[in-house]
Amino acid sequence: MGLLSDPVRRRALVRLVLRLNAPLCVLSYAAGIAWFLALAFPPLTQRTYMSENAMGSTMVEEQFAGGDRARAWARDFGAHRRKLGALPAAWLERTMRSVGLEVYTQSFSRKLPFPDETHERYMVSGTNVYGILRAPRAASTESLVLTVPCGPDSTNSQAVGLLLALAAHFRGQIYWAKDIIFLVTEHDLLGTEAWLEAYHDVNVTGMQSSPLQGRAGAIQAAVALELSSDVVTSLDVAVEGLNGQLPNLDLLNLFQTFCQKGGLLCTLQGKLQPQDWTSDGPLQGLQTLLLMVLQQASGRPHGPHGLFLRYRVEALTLRGINSFRQYKYDLVAVGKALEGMFRKLNHLLERLHQSFFFYLLPALSRFVSIGLYMPAAGFLLLVLGLKISSAPQSTCDQPPSGPSPLGLGQGWRTYDTRVRGDMQTHFFG
Amino acid sequence: MAATSYCSRAVAPLAGLLLLSFGSLATSQIEEQAEQFFRSGHTNNWAVLVCTSRFWFNYRHVANTLSVYRSVKRLGIPDSHIVLMLADDMACNPRNPKPATVFSHKNMELNVYGDDVEVDYRSYEVTVENFLRVLTGRIPPSTPRSKRLLSDDRSNILIYMTGHGGNGFLKFQDSEEITNIELADAFEQMWQKRRYNELLFIIDTCQGASMYERFYSPNIMALASSQVGEDSLSHQPDPAIGVHLMDRYTFYVLEFLEEINPASQTNMNDLFQVCPKSLCVSTPGHRTDLFQRDPKNVLITDFFGSVRKVEITTETISLQTDLGILESRDKEDWMDEELIEPLKYAEQLPVAQIIHQKPKLKDWHPPGGFILGLWALIIMVFFKTYGIKHMKFIF
Repeated sequence: MGLLSDPVRRRALVRLVLRLNAPLCVLSYAAGIAWFLALAFPPLTQRTYMSENAMGSTMVEEQFAGGDRARAWARDFGAHRRKLGALPAAWLERTMRSVGLEVYTQSFSRKLPFPDETHERYMVSGTNVYGILRAPRAASTESLVLTVPCGPDSTNSQAVGLLLALAAHFRGQIYWAKDIIFLVTEHDLLGTEAWLEAYHDVNVTGMQSSPLQGRAGAIQAAVALELSSDVVTSLDVAVEGLNGQLPNLDLLNLFQTFCQKGGLLCTLQGKLQPQDWTSDGPLQGLQTLLLMVLQQASGRPHGPHGLFLRYRVEALTLRGINSFRQYKYDLVAVGKALEGMFRKLNHLLERLHQSFFFYLLPALSRFVSIGLYMPAAGFLLLVLGLKISSAPQSTCDQPPSGPSPLGLGQGWRTYDTRVRGDMQTHFFG
Repeated sequence: MAATSYCSRAVAPLAGLLLLSFGSLATSQIEEQAEQFFRSGHTNNWAVLVCTSRFWFNYRHVANTLSVYRSVKRLGIPDSHIVLMLADDMACNPRNPKPATVFSHKNMELNVYGDDVEVDYRSYEVTVENFLRVLTGRIPPSTPRSKRLLSDDRSNILIYMTGHGGNGFLKFQDSEEITNIELADAFEQMWQKRRYNELLFIIDTCQGASMYERFYSPNIMALASSQVGEDSLSHQPDPAIGVHLMDRYTFYVLEFLEEINPASQTNMNDLFQVCPKSLCVSTPGHRTDLFQRDPKNVLITDFFGSVRKVEITTETISLQTDLGILESRDKEDWMDEELIEPLKYAEQLPVAQIIHQKPKLKDWHPPGGFILGLWALIIMVFFKTYGIKHMKFIF
């Protein structure tokens, strides 16, 4: 007889579980917490590696040199925006057209569900401007997106300048196999969501938006850029998206390879990367991991990329941070990293699917896959299971008392002998 | 006596030989040159060059195949005698920053695509079925001439294959494979249908040596870029194009072939030395046990080029029959053996005597009785534990 089908053995097992219930619960809880904390340390972490063959090992020499143009455009954009108080859509349209893109605009408006501090049922409206760079020799079946969110509090003018300079550079190349969409959105995430909904022809958030005039095929990957200064000391990457969804790990690996290639300082969760796992390395890894878990748990999209993930478009947000460090990188360095990333993404033949979708990151070059962190959650859930099993005390110990239409009735009858009798009227009345 | 009569019989051809050698020193040189004509036994050359992988990141396989194509054309084999199968179009791929070119050396030194590339099987036409049909000649009648391998029993064929492979197979187009057994059987079909005189098989894939392990037809020489368990590595990435341009083995073979001209006397032993482990990282291998001639007598141009042997001379040459055969025939007559009937083409080479194959290690299977006994035991235990009444559900 099996362990669970033999009534004698089953009763013995149940008795054991019930007797040791509290110690088992404590043990399981402790095991869960311990396993979770151990995730940041070397045996459970793995080095990241590029899984997609198409984005292989070879690197290309980047040729982006449009730093001056980027800065000039950034200044113009900043000036126009300050003058207008909103996104200077006409200026953007003119500039994108001069660079050689197909430009379209989209207007959207949304009544915010929660009243603002100053307004009751605040209505937000804005314009998105986007330009499409068509692939010179390919059918427009797939596309990549470079997006800059512009909001009332985050102007991101340098990001817009860099976007325009990159567009000008990309326009002169002939090796694009996918279309590239350069998107500037108003009101940060609201604009991005409006654009995405219109692009994919859905309406999940009740946004009123004008339909899109120009499209470019299925979006394979997207990069969101936030830069507010001419020079940056580091690039921070955000991966957590709406409801804790994560992009494919290959996209992060791609960013990390270009960080290494360009010698850029890249941070995750605002924390510097440990060069080797030296003294304070593991603790920092643990902090990064816990921060990532908290950010995922909050469910907020931590950047426009979070909204792309819902449509199964792998996306990342890169933030340029200007702090008090000696060594600074200018827009050309950031532009080169982006150029390299887009060139590699250009080689893709299918959506990114080779690498992990569920992972935790103790560092930019280390990850923990779901197979290794799930047992920690399993142990914590086991506590609940143990508690549930102990709630009605040993119903199977009672001998059967009379016929019953269902086995269930018998259990309930014995249960209500121990609680108040009026329960009977509720269940069997 | 018998001994003296034997001596007297043997003396006659020996005397003739001596007379010949002392008599005409001048004519011996031209006769030596005439001997060269009959050294190899082939009258025409064919080449079947196959690249089996698609996608932009397999640029190097197309470059490999095109560089061998280029060498083979340069040494004289015309397009009508080359079957070129490329599984993908790299020159016109939208990701190619230099359209209409395929480079084999970085810094764009050598464009192997050129102006006059004729691809016979392109893109999705490169399948295992088409490849085997080309080799064996079982082609539908509507196939154009350029897609056929019209070789005969005096053709030397060069077969070059590249792509992604494993232990015993080669991947075609990311969706199917050809195994080494299928390839060996195809070559045997070719032998039985008199479709080749000699065959040179070169393969540049990971674990390439496994592909020639199963050959059993005569007159095949095989080279591979790596042994079983080793990977063939790629040579150099190009920073402007963004892919690896060539595989190491074919890169060094190409460099070797660039120095060959139609008149060169370089032999196969030099080709075996190309790309030692220090350069190639993998260990190239070769197989010559099925080949009748000594590799050092086989010229590179016997397979890679189409060398027409034309010599104009005003001297008369009288072709001597081979004295060795005369002697042995005399001996046989004397020993009074029965006449050997003329052998058919396929039986000229008793294959069993030529092939020295390792006895294959078969996987060990437990004896049949053991399995039966094991099941009987399991059933008995089952019935004992749960009672004999369950029998009625079984029977």
